[in-house]
Amino acid sequence: MARVLINFAHPALEKSRMHAHLVPMIKSLPDITFNDLYEHYPDLDVNVAREQELLSRHEIILMQHPMYWYNAPAIVRQWQDLVLEHGWAYGHTGNALKGKYMSNIISAGSRESEYRKGGRHGFPLQQFLLPFTQTAILCNMNYISPYIIYGVHRMDKSDIIEEVQRLKSVLQKLTSPDFDLTTLDQIQDLNELIQEPIQKA
Amino acid sequence: MDQHSLLFQSMVYLAAAILFVPLAKKMGLGAVLGYLLAGVIIGPSVAGFIGKEGEDIMHFAEFGVVMMLFLIGMELEPALLWRLRSAILGLGGLQVVLSTAAIAGAALLLKVPLSAALAIGMIMSLSSTAIVLQTLNEKGWMPTAAGQSSFAVLLFQDIAVIPMLAIFPLLAVNAVASEHSSPSLRDNLPAWGQTLVVLGAVTAIIFAGRYLVRPIMHIIARTRVRELFTATALLMVVAIAVLMNLVGLSSALGAFLGGVVLANSEYRHELESDIEPFKGLLLGLFFIAVGASIDFGLIREQPWLIFGLVIGLMTIKTLVLLGLGKLFKLSTDQNLLFSFALCDIGEFAFVLLSISLQSNILDKQTTGILTAVVAISMAMTPLLMLLYEKLVQPRFTITEKSTRKADEIQDEHNPVIIAGFGRFGSITGRFLRANGIKATILDMDSDRVDALHKLGIKVYYGDASRYDLLVAAGAAKAKVLIIAMDDYEKTTSVVRMVKKYFPNLQMLVRAKDIEDTFELMDLGVLHIYRETVDTSLRLGADALEMLGVRAYHSHRAARTFLRQDEKSIKGLSATRDDKKEFVSALKERIEEMEKLIASDKIRTWLDEGEGWDSSGIRDEATGEPDVPVKK
Repeated sequence: MARVLINFAHPALEKSRMHAHLVPMIKSLPDITFNDLYEHYPDLDVNVAREQELLSRHEIILMQHPMYWYNAPAIVRQWQDLVLEHGWAYGHTGNALKGKYMSNIISAGSRESEYRKGGRHGFPLQQFLLPFTQTAILCNMNYISPYIIYGVHRMDKSDIIEEVQRLKSVLQKLTSPDFDLTTLDQIQDLNELIQEPIQKA
Repeated sequence: MDQHSLLFQSMVYLAAAILFVPLAKKMGLGAVLGYLLAGVIIGPSVAGFIGKEGEDIMHFAEFGVVMMLFLIGMELEPALLWRLRSAILGLGGLQVVLSTAAIAGAALLLKVPLSAALAIGMIMSLSSTAIVLQTLNEKGWMPTAAGQSSFAVLLFQDIAVIPMLAIFPLLAVNAVASEHSSPSLRDNLPAWGQTLVVLGAVTAIIFAGRYLVRPIMHIIARTRVRELFTATALLMVVAIAVLMNLVGLSSALGAFLGGVVLANSEYRHELESDIEPFKGLLLGLFFIAVGASIDFGLIREQPWLIFGLVIGLMTIKTLVLLGLGKLFKLSTDQNLLFSFALCDIGEFAFVLLSISLQSNILDKQTTGILTAVVAISMAMTPLLMLLYEKLVQPRFTITEKSTRKADEIQDEHNPVIIAGFGRFGSITGRFLRANGIKATILDMDSDRVDALHKLGIKVYYGDASRYDLLVAAGAAKAKVLIIAMDDYEKTTSVVRMVKKYFPNLQMLVRAKDIEDTFELMDLGVLHIYRETVDTSLRLGADALEMLGVRAYHSHRAARTFLRQDEKSIKGLSATRDDKKEFVSALKERIEEMEKLIASDKIRTWLDEGEGWDSSGIRDEATGEPDVPVKK
């Protein structure tokens, strides 16, 4: 059973800087299933059976996307509406996702300091992800606080490459055979799994 | 003929065509009849502008036949032959054999000697490929069951000419020595030897086509001089024709073989597109020549004999064809069309008649009369088709309809009516059906109707442009009418009628191209669907994707393009003026395409800031410390 599924959503990857660098790195990792939602469903017509089958086959589900207007891009909402069916993902008979882990990998243009009371955005970013948290709980999953890359707007090329290596180390740790899944119950958020020192590319 | 009179003759031919073809089309007679009429008028019998010596005309006629056979040969793809094999061999074979037998039998009864009777039977069993195919295409009947069957039979006849040409010398075995002037290799050979020479020549051409033409064409292709292709093709035809003449065969057959040889070459499409422009004009020339070759003097002398023969021959052929149509399960109206189309006598007859005259199978008087008979029967084909269209087809529409109409009115009040259930309408129909929407379906192809009946789909045979039929189909109560007919003129007449009598019925109309779209817009149709636009754009989007563009971007680019395209078309439609009547349709189409392409402005709309473009925010971010997430 493959362990990690990344559901990736970016409506304009050709204009992205951070994700355009993250994606090739993720695709190069052997034990990760990379599911590019906009590439598969350019008309937002999500194939429910295929998506449910992918979810069933994995233990850790990571939603990777940029934050737009304090939320995920449109196709993630479409995906949620269609794939997380009553009776399958939740409800009396909805046990398909029971015990799985879920989290988000997020890039944000602004710096962390702007996501707090009194800052430009007023609240911590984690708080904007409340719907994801509760969705995971309703579907009997364990939600792990997200992996966030802040301040993308100000990053230069070398910063971005550094970020790519950081996430790589996290994903490598998640997929390594001797990684104990229960570790995920103890950590604050995914960023904690960053292995230092960062391997240079 | 000096150069002056050649130019003069060309002028007469062209002027006659330009004058009479549009006239005939306007009167609903079709282009073929127009050419024939032009030929009659300028021919020696009426105005006498051309061919006072008669031989000039036959020269022109033969040139037309030669070129046409060349093109028919080029279209004889092995794959096409294979697909139609049962129709070609069964239907075509039986038609030729039975018609030959019947006509030869009739000739025997008239005390014609056996060999001559057989020759006449074979000659008269053939139909006119040029006129029939041209007329079927013009009326849009090619895709119908009758059209396909006709094509198959004509194909078999085209092939059957080859053995016929080989058999003719055998028929002449008892005749007096050939009296025709041009010396040929087979003159002094016994009959079996002549047949051998003929078969040898045919084999030689096929062999040369296989192993000689390809390398030559390859060299020509490398020169990259386009017109050399046309020149090579023509040279081949002429060379083969010369070879055929040398062994005493018709150059028409040679050209036909030349065409078949080229059909197998990889340069075929190149050559076809080179020669395509000549095709229409040459066919026109041929029809004019047929018209001009009708010898009214002979007809005046023996009108009863000649018209008796025409009617007799065409009746025999019609009866044979009707029987075969029945055997091959054509419905009554399709069978009638099939029989009417093929009951004429074809242009091969001219060639075969001249050969049988040369080899003394038939005497000069007989061939003269038969030539007139053939020409008259050819001229009658378009008239018969017109008769079918105006009298027979509507009658069948009424009778077949009324028997089925009765049960329809009682139990069907469907919200949707689909007019036309061909390759376009059937997809729409299936889609609606899959979504549980009930539709009343009307279609003009009775065989398709029957086939759909067998699949359990209720389809009504009938012409949706008839008022009573639309009423019967429930047009007064239906919400939506989908017009997806192949025939565009029918489409506009349905639109006009619905606008007049059922103003509340919403129409969704299929259009073929921009021309149709404009006309439908002028008629006030709001929902127009150009039939290839969505598919082309879907293909374009997939191509973008294969080139590495993100799927979502390709998808949106295609949608944007469609929106832009429809806007441009609306704009163009508004600025069109009355000049359009005077500009040729083709030129206009090209101009409109140019305008559309100019209005695409691909750069601007592709790069216009999408919401996800964060470069602006990035610029701000590096200048100011405080920045919004996005936008």
